[in-house]
Amino acid sequence: MHQDSSLDAALLRGMTRPRSVTRRDAFRLAGLSAAGLALTACGVQGKKAAPPQKDAVADYWASKKKNGTLRFANWTLYIDKEDGRSPSLEKFTADTGIKVTYTEAIQDTPSFFGKIQPLLASGTDIGYDVMVITNGIHLSKAIALGYLVPLDHSKLPNFAANAAEKVKNPTWDPNNTYTVPWTAGLTGIAYNPKYVDEVTSVNDLWNPKYKGKVGMMLDPQEVANFGMFAEGIDPDKSTEADWRKAAARLQKQRDDGLVRKYYENDYVDALARGDIWITMAWSGDIFQQVAEGKDIKFVIPQEGGTIWTDNLCIPKTAQNPLDALTYMDYVYQPKIATMLVEAINYITPVPSTKDLVLADAAKASGDDKKSLEQLANSPMIYPAEADMARLRSFRALTIAEEKVFESVFQPITQG
Amino acid sequence: MKRFAPYLLILPGGLWLAIFLVVPMVFMASVSTQEGDVVNGFVQTFNLSIYGDVLSQYGTQFLRSAGYGLVATVVSIVLAYPMAYWIAFRGGSRKSTYLLLVLLPFFVSFVLRTVSWKFLLADNGLLLSPLKSLGLVPDDFHVLQTTVAVIGGLVYNYLPFMILPIYVALERVDPRVVEAAQDLYAARRQAFTKVVLPLSLPGVFAGVLMTFVPMTADYVNAEILGGPANTMIGNIIQSRFLVNNDYPSAAALSFALMAAMLIGIFAYARALGTENVLEAAAR
Repeated sequence: MHQDSSLDAALLRGMTRPRSVTRRDAFRLAGLSAAGLALTACGVQGKKAAPPQKDAVADYWASKKKNGTLRFANWTLYIDKEDGRSPSLEKFTADTGIKVTYTEAIQDTPSFFGKIQPLLASGTDIGYDVMVITNGIHLSKAIALGYLVPLDHSKLPNFAANAAEKVKNPTWDPNNTYTVPWTAGLTGIAYNPKYVDEVTSVNDLWNPKYKGKVGMMLDPQEVANFGMFAEGIDPDKSTEADWRKAAARLQKQRDDGLVRKYYENDYVDALARGDIWITMAWSGDIFQQVAEGKDIKFVIPQEGGTIWTDNLCIPKTAQNPLDALTYMDYVYQPKIATMLVEAINYITPVPSTKDLVLADAAKASGDDKKSLEQLANSPMIYPAEADMARLRSFRALTIAEEKVFESVFQPITQG
Repeated sequence: MKRFAPYLLILPGGLWLAIFLVVPMVFMASVSTQEGDVVNGFVQTFNLSIYGDVLSQYGTQFLRSAGYGLVATVVSIVLAYPMAYWIAFRGGSRKSTYLLLVLLPFFVSFVLRTVSWKFLLADNGLLLSPLKSLGLVPDDFHVLQTTVAVIGGLVYNYLPFMILPIYVALERVDPRVVEAAQDLYAARRQAFTKVVLPLSLPGVFAGVLMTFVPMTADYVNAEILGGPANTMIGNIIQSRFLVNNDYPSAAALSFALMAAMLIGIFAYARALGTENVLEAAAR
């Protein structure tokens, strides 16, 4: 994975902020109501959308006008907040005249997708004009089903000028046809040095010394990547045979009683409480734990780590698409991106923010100065070039591949 | 007109049932035999083989759920009966206070109550860390992510549903029949086993219905307190639906679960005597 050095800074920053501990948890539990909605979806037949024609993009946007309102669905704890208000959103309203209704509607990608999918399928307004979806199976489905509006890049000059080269043209959305990144984060290994010797390799997750004290992730894509790293397989180039090899490795880890549980966001608590000593972990969560003074270490294993991206996109039922597009471009101004990264602490797609964070640190004093410097200098927020080179994405899967993929990996985490 | 009157009278209830029960069920049954995926759409193919497929694929989880439900129900009866008995016969003027105390946990969210057990039972938590420092349990002993934790969570969460019906049944026992038994030289134990217990069985039956069914279908406890080997059928259905968007297999699993439970309950009702059952259900 080629990484340009200016991007590193951005990448580093973005890794910091843990999203709410309850995010994925809460979603699961909300599953019942979502299931009810999803049932309705069954009656509606899905349809594969043809890739948009160049004219289609122009046609769609030609008639769209600025309405002065924007409804934004985001994950919890995923924007700057001061006394319950968001300075960056208020600045957006002041600069553009567009009022924003900001909702922390997303706890978990599958549950959120489960809720909006039936509405999108029937063309009913989902209540949001812009939303944040993680790359992976559900984002690919949303694109394949034609649920997202193709972006008019002539209206995204800040993205063109300021986005890191690395975030442009991602494998899951060639040419950023439908999405632009909000932030990115890393999956690596976190461990408690009180019980665990220094960790450099994914094989430490298979170390019998830590039997019953190992945490793995429930998400099949996450756990699959680590199985493949352990087998020396590059997920991007993996085949079904590779998946089975990785699955056998993971199954053995489970059968040997090494794995305490396949966690969602709750691994952070389990790690902090001492239920587990070593676990797959998201960079931002661990940065926050460390910032709170916990003695926890985060490493990107030598065999590889996973990079994932949360993406801004516009649902096809958006009532205010032009306002949404305006916002998508707005956040790519380095000043705004700096406001966001200083609060969110995950990897920003705008690399030039690192200098701005350092400039802010120079102006600040006391604890603020310290925390801003910590942000700009943390290897979790600004990983070294060598670490970046080892990062891989989730394997892009076709629908047919996805079925096989899930049938290979899901039985491991759900026994 | 007279001929139609009875039908008109059941119309409101019938309509309610049709809209909220029959229509969704028919719909779900139809989903269960469809084939396809969320991108290319689902097509009705009357694919009945899916039932065999999901049952063989997830048979372990089915049996495990039924086992957990059964054990948790029995434990609930053992815990709930003495408590209900005590409130009904020894509660005196404070009965309603005790009942309120039984219900009090419901004022806190189900999820929150379950999550709080994670803190109580943590490896170095309130309960285990003193035991470990005293050397009563080995250092690597843990409760979280074990069968015990899941069944314990189920019992804890559904216990009031067992206490209340048993209490109601016991409360209805006329003290004079107990006196009569004693007048006829029954010992206290005999008065209980021959009079009070049989009279309270409909309450136990209702309690079993109200706990066994939701316990078996529960997925929150296994999700929060369980480990990789404690997955219940509810977790499978939830993830088939929301993670995989595989609606047919999720629907088929739900139907299979419902059928299994109905069969089980009717068998149980038969064994216990149908009249009692209907009576209990009517309450």
